[in-house]
Amino acid sequence: MANFATFLLQMEHISKNFRSIRALDDVTFAVRSGSVHALCGENGAGKSTLMKVLAGVHTPDGGKIRIDGEEKIFRTPADALRAGVAMLYQELELSDNLSVFENVFLGSEILASKLSRKVDFAAEREIVGKMINENHFRLAPDALVSELSPGQCQIVELLKALRRHARIIVMDEPTASLSESESAELFRIIRNLRDSGTGVIYISHHLQEVKEIADDISVLRDGKIVCSQAADKISIDEIVRHMVGREVGDFYPARTGSIANGGFEVENLSAPNGVKNVSFQVRRGEIVGMAGLVGAGRSETADAIFGIVPKTSGILKFDGKTLDVQSPRAAIRQGIGYLTEDRKRSGLCLMLPSSWNITLPSFRKLKMRFRLALKKERDTARQIGEKLNLKWASPDDAVETLSGGNQQKVLLGRWLLADSKFLIVDEPARGIDVGAKKEIYLLLDDLAKRGKAILFISSELPELFGVCDRILVMREGSIVGDFPTQDVTPEKIIRLAATGKIDQQENK
Amino acid sequence: MNRLAKQLLPFSSLLFIISLWTFLEPENFLSFQNMMNVLRRSSINGIIAAGMTFVIISSGIDLSIGSMLAMCGMAGAASMLAANGAEWAAICSGEYFALSASSMLIGTAAGIAAGALCGWLNGVIITRLKLAPFIVTLGSMSIFRGISYLANDGKPFAVSAYSYLDVGTIGNIPVAVVLLAAVLLFFGYLLKYTPFGRYTYAIGANSNTAFHAGINVRNVLTWIYTLTGALTGLAAMIGTARASSAQPSAGLSLELDVIAGVIIGGTSPSGGRGSMTGTLIGVLLINFLRNGLTLLDISTNVQLVVIGLIIIVAVTADQLAARSAEKALVR
Repeated sequence: MANFATFLLQMEHISKNFRSIRALDDVTFAVRSGSVHALCGENGAGKSTLMKVLAGVHTPDGGKIRIDGEEKIFRTPADALRAGVAMLYQELELSDNLSVFENVFLGSEILASKLSRKVDFAAEREIVGKMINENHFRLAPDALVSELSPGQCQIVELLKALRRHARIIVMDEPTASLSESESAELFRIIRNLRDSGTGVIYISHHLQEVKEIADDISVLRDGKIVCSQAADKISIDEIVRHMVGREVGDFYPARTGSIANGGFEVENLSAPNGVKNVSFQVRRGEIVGMAGLVGAGRSETADAIFGIVPKTSGILKFDGKTLDVQSPRAAIRQGIGYLTEDRKRSGLCLMLPSSWNITLPSFRKLKMRFRLALKKERDTARQIGEKLNLKWASPDDAVETLSGGNQQKVLLGRWLLADSKFLIVDEPARGIDVGAKKEIYLLLDDLAKRGKAILFISSELPELFGVCDRILVMREGSIVGDFPTQDVTPEKIIRLAATGKIDQQENK
Repeated sequence: MNRLAKQLLPFSSLLFIISLWTFLEPENFLSFQNMMNVLRRSSINGIIAAGMTFVIISSGIDLSIGSMLAMCGMAGAASMLAANGAEWAAICSGEYFALSASSMLIGTAAGIAAGALCGWLNGVIITRLKLAPFIVTLGSMSIFRGISYLANDGKPFAVSAYSYLDVGTIGNIPVAVVLLAAVLLFFGYLLKYTPFGRYTYAIGANSNTAFHAGINVRNVLTWIYTLTGALTGLAAMIGTARASSAQPSAGLSLELDVIAGVIIGGTSPSGGRGSMTGTLIGVLLINFLRNGLTLLDISTNVQLVVIGLIIIVAVTADQLAARSAEKALVR
């Protein structure tokens, strides 16, 4: 394999400030050719900034970038591309209505004749077909991008990078939207790239994956590299310790709160989005988990409860009193809160200030139905921010300027302020860093202790087992299991969610 | 900080234009009479722009206000004449009527109500049928104009006695200017200090998240278009008073002028951002520019070109500011 002495990429003493915030502080980072170098760190640690410096999006305030030992200055993303640096972003940028090969050549088409500017589609198709074969990808060059799975879209991005002869490929959370088999396929591809001499920079929160794929691991914290080592010399625990800068301790809160009677109940809920006859109860002080495969109808159930989609049948009650929920507005007024799965599409107004996002559903509660007291609003947001340990320069800044974990906290702050009696949280800890995860678990625990009923939807079983008092299992729109957490094992839940079968004698 | 900078550009352009005209035409331009004249001329655009600010912040657009203005004027004038006891044939013929105060009041109210109704229809169609505001108001623009022409077979309704909204004064200040100030203050308050205004921003930023945060998106949007319609009705009556008649061809391409004022004032054409102060500055900028160019004997044709260029510059500045803000903040 590669010669260990040769560094394909060297970033030396890079620093970058945003206003008064020091985003990168004397960062030195190098990638050997033919290796996978993982970059770990909490959200806001500076990973994205470092990669944007590499991609020519940000100009560093200090430091040098060398490729093959030769100093390069990237003023624009085009400079970086020309030098062989390609980025595969979390959100892919493909044209849905074009085919795979058209996307690969988008912006640098092969022309059949210079005169007519006619694109030589046949040649393009052939080249892409050859690239696919050489790399053993499973993809048809003619397929429309809109028909591809997330994993296949990633391969298209990769093809674009390969066609530009990229030698350094940055992947930011590439497995976030992939199934297990797609991830395995991606890893095979990454290993092939490595073996052919490419340097891969791999950014992920999934430390298991990082251990599996990386040759080297560097950890960023507060804009500094705090650890840089060969992957086989460092354990996951050590990585986590470097990331948070302290012992993580007990990751999950001890659920000792007392569960009171009363709380939220739903009976025979059905809705046109596939929810069939769902009944369950979440008592005051209780955190009830909801497990199931993707598409099992968990978010759909929450949508129906919250009045986002109409219900065809079903009764909602709180403390025995029937609720009338026809819209999110009615749901919020009657004490239901819902932290949705997709904070960009259904959670935050990204361009608006954080404080506005927090107070949006609560003007009634704040006694501001007719007049907004702007100072009181800002102070309220600031208090919520302190309570949640939110890191923002000011609550007046647009929420899109915050890191993912802090954005999630803004949403939690919204429902904290709304003082919802029944709170549904859908994947609240997904895609955010370890430290913020722990804070969110603690907060949910604290809310339950204060007598709120909480429904916790998650695809991560350790999380459900760590936080919940009871776990419901959904499958094909219905609830197929309801267990006290201590009476069930993860294996049983997986089996139930996947097959719908359980051992009856162990259930009761 | 970014928001301030955005306000600063239109504001300093306004100052620049005022000082330029003061320098070039010191006697004519700075007179109280001329100032009031400019404000009076700004009143129609400014009053509608107050509503349009809401529309554009909510990420919508209302192209129908120009022809709506004509239709409201026709409706107001006809009601005024009818309330005074005139027969339909006499209304259409353009006979002179001495109008009673109460009939003028009724006519004015009718004009505003007609506007509110038109706006409400726009809003209902947009929200219930889930159609793009651009398409719906493009359609209603044509419909309202058609109805205005149909009303009296292409002829105006004459209301020579109706002039208070144009020539009347309160103290030294023309009524139209007082109305403009009142509307801008009230709608500025509505935008900044009430949940309604906040919901407008939220819908413009992302209507789906706004819905999930418990905002009744349909109602808020319907209200926005209804209020804009009502303001158009009010502006129509000012215009009717100015012309002493309701013209079916009134307000041709007025929508472009109003939208230009709002956008030049820094309201983002893609929604979620904007302010009433900005709109005031934008509207004044256009009108002071016109006034000065007229004082300098520069033709209205040239004025059109100049205003067009300013719109493009303003939007470019907005985009550049947004881009640099993005660059400075994304980490």
